[in-house]
Amino acid sequence: MNDFLYPPRASTYAGDVDALMNFINYLSIFFWVLITGAILYFTWKYSREKHKAPAPHNTALEVTWTVIPTILVVAIFAWGFKSFMTLSRAPRDAMEIHVTGQKWSWAFEYPDYGIQTAQNLTVPVNRPVKLIMSSTDVIHSFWVPAFRNKMDVLPGRTTTLWFEATEPGDYRIYCAEYCGDSHWNMTGWVKVVSQEEFDAWVEENTKEDTTTPLAELGEQLFTQRVCHTCHSTDGSDKIGPTLKGIFGHEVELADGRKVIVDEDYLRESILEPGAKVVKGFQPVMPSYKGQLKDRQVNALIEYIKTLK
Amino acid sequence: MSTAPHIATEAPEFPKEHYLNASKGFKSWALTVDHKRIGLMYLVSALTFFLVGGLFALLVRLELFLPGGQFFDQKTYNQLFTLHGVVMVFLFIIPAIPAALGNFFLPLQLGAKDVAFPKLNLMSFYIYAIGAIIAIAAMVVGAVDTGWTFYTPYSLTTNTAVVGTVFAAFVLGFSSILTGVNFIVTIHKLRPPGMTWFRMPLFLWALYSTSVIQLLSTPVLAITLLLLIAERLLGVGVFDPALGGDPVLFQHFFWFYSHPAVYIMIVPAFGVISEIIATFSRREVFGYKFVALSSVAIAVIGFFVWGHHMFVSGQSEFAGMVFSFLTFFVAIPTAVKIFNWTATLYKGDIQLRTPMVYALIFLVQFTIGGLTGLPLGALGTNVALHDTYYVVAHFHYVMMGGVVFAFVGGLHYWWPKITGRMYNEKIGTFAALTLFLGFNITFFTQFLLGFKGMPRRYYDFDQNFAGLHGFSSVGSWILGIGFLIALYCFIQSLRNGPIASKNPWGGTTLEWTTQSPPIAHNFVDTPTVTTDPYDHENSPALTGRVA
Repeated sequence: MNDFLYPPRASTYAGDVDALMNFINYLSIFFWVLITGAILYFTWKYSREKHKAPAPHNTALEVTWTVIPTILVVAIFAWGFKSFMTLSRAPRDAMEIHVTGQKWSWAFEYPDYGIQTAQNLTVPVNRPVKLIMSSTDVIHSFWVPAFRNKMDVLPGRTTTLWFEATEPGDYRIYCAEYCGDSHWNMTGWVKVVSQEEFDAWVEENTKEDTTTPLAELGEQLFTQRVCHTCHSTDGSDKIGPTLKGIFGHEVELADGRKVIVDEDYLRESILEPGAKVVKGFQPVMPSYKGQLKDRQVNALIEYIKTLK
Repeated sequence: MSTAPHIATEAPEFPKEHYLNASKGFKSWALTVDHKRIGLMYLVSALTFFLVGGLFALLVRLELFLPGGQFFDQKTYNQLFTLHGVVMVFLFIIPAIPAALGNFFLPLQLGAKDVAFPKLNLMSFYIYAIGAIIAIAAMVVGAVDTGWTFYTPYSLTTNTAVVGTVFAAFVLGFSSILTGVNFIVTIHKLRPPGMTWFRMPLFLWALYSTSVIQLLSTPVLAITLLLLIAERLLGVGVFDPALGGDPVLFQHFFWFYSHPAVYIMIVPAFGVISEIIATFSRREVFGYKFVALSSVAIAVIGFFVWGHHMFVSGQSEFAGMVFSFLTFFVAIPTAVKIFNWTATLYKGDIQLRTPMVYALIFLVQFTIGGLTGLPLGALGTNVALHDTYYVVAHFHYVMMGGVVFAFVGGLHYWWPKITGRMYNEKIGTFAALTLFLGFNITFFTQFLLGFKGMPRRYYDFDQNFAGLHGFSSVGSWILGIGFLIALYCFIQSLRNGPIASKNPWGGTTLEWTTQSPPIAHNFVDTPTVTTDPYDHENSPALTGRVA
């Protein structure tokens, strides 16, 4: 049943969750076949025969078929509860990563290393990781099918989710609580790598990039920080205005003012996006204040300037 | 029972006076207090909204036929699935069996000439109509894109007609509450001589249990929706953390109603199935008392399980444990019903007419729906399956594979009594089998989608889900065709169906002692009940002896 039906198993507790699932599935198939078989057989047999009046009830039988299902469901409950406690209680030595859910992307921060990323969560294999999660707007839900764990991400509160990945690879992250227009596109990847690769990744991401030319760095950031989810570079409008050809041009704002799109306007729109919203678009862009260093903001501005 | 007397299916001529021609003109319907006319008006309304909700569903599945966005943009898609849910839950399925079939047949099965409060009954219908108009207005003005569950804070900030839609649901709730009051009082106070509790047909036990749920749970939804409106319009901080509120509180309030609501949907359906199986097996339902009391048990336990919708909401693990434990206990009386109905077939005298075809399909499909509730009730597996297509499949198996099939089967069963005409058996059964095919292709596939990791409420999906989505969408078209065939079956009957006798099926309950269609006051004289409801030897509906 597994390989065909379920996502790959990539966490320490995934096997237990799947084992319970299989137990329930096999039990269900057994009882369904029994009941359907009885229905078909009785319908066929008793639409053709004449026979004596049957008993209107049978207390012993009815008690039996009440007690046996009760025992089975209590067993299922107990196993499910035990699994759940494993999924819920992170080990003490878990590496903590902060997760921010916002319409419509995931942002990650590694407090131990001072690294911030978006969309993709890089973690080492065979180490427990505990996600500390919160939302800046509406309820989202962080779900990695391959790990078999899921937890809602709430505004004004923190929730946690832990896992220990068992196999290097890329595993899909989905938002699993409807959160509006692009709920379906609020996805990412957990990139599980070896400890050595993880250490190298940390090193690469902690040093500030002072050498990549600004426009090139901006192009990388544009993808990494998933700006492309809402802003196209080909002239088509998405949730946000297209950035193609926008630099140096005049735009009309929601309140009727007209402004020129210069470096100041771009900086303000990245750090305080609600200040000057272009007419015809909703004020839904999240702020990147505190998430981007100065050089990174400059890089994005330089990149946008190249989009003619 | 092979010794049942032969019952004529057809009658030589249509009764001269009956409830449909007892008075004429628009006002005689608009101001009617006859429970049968009110039931009929609910029936037509509910079926109309079923078609509207079904159309939304077809559009959703059309967009999901292929990956990528072909027909609608993402926001429109979100509105389509929301409206599908809102229309189906509030305008169709909650009223359908209780207000349409229940209104029509509760007094008839009880042996009364109407419900306890006929004018309140009419008022309930008008409240429903007003709620429906508000809902339609909201749909036209701005629609809504929150999902039928209206979770906060999204429902507080989205720029769609949330207030209008939620206010419509608020109004509709009162129709449900007042119908519940009416039915409870009717069953307590209007039973004729000899009609003890345990001589009542199982449909009435079901309606009674449902009415208790309606009465106690719906007000909680009403208040919750009012709070939502107050927060949106006046900024009263209840659910929005930005205003000092708690978004999870909304979920608790919402599901406190909405979980018992699913029992409002299914318990009357259980009642219909009992009636059909008893009649078309020509014997009593096996273990009548267990079946009767299981409806009551489900109604009671159903109030204590709402948190199983919220295992990953941030509620405590302890709460999760309690809700999971209690959820399994509501499954037991339900399972018992399935066993008892199957046992009713044993040594029965099975007549495979269209209502029975629907009832047997119900047993097979509802069993799948019920069994697939097990991994959702179990905490460990719920975490993996919550908010996936597995949940969508599970609830469609119980609500559509269960309630809708029971409703259509019940409509076939009671059609001769309501209209005085028979329908064509071949067309009826053909529709049932088409629906069976279409339903399982559409929804069994969705269990597989859920297992594979397909989230719900998604406008688009990864390529590896495309095959299953496409297959499911094809199923939806077969379903659509099935419903059109069923509709045709009923229309053809109205135009051309043979005239029905009093008791074309050989039923034993009191409605089958009246003419088809019944006179306005149902019975010529108040019946005196001396037999058990499913006594296929001595029932006055079979012997012709009115006590």
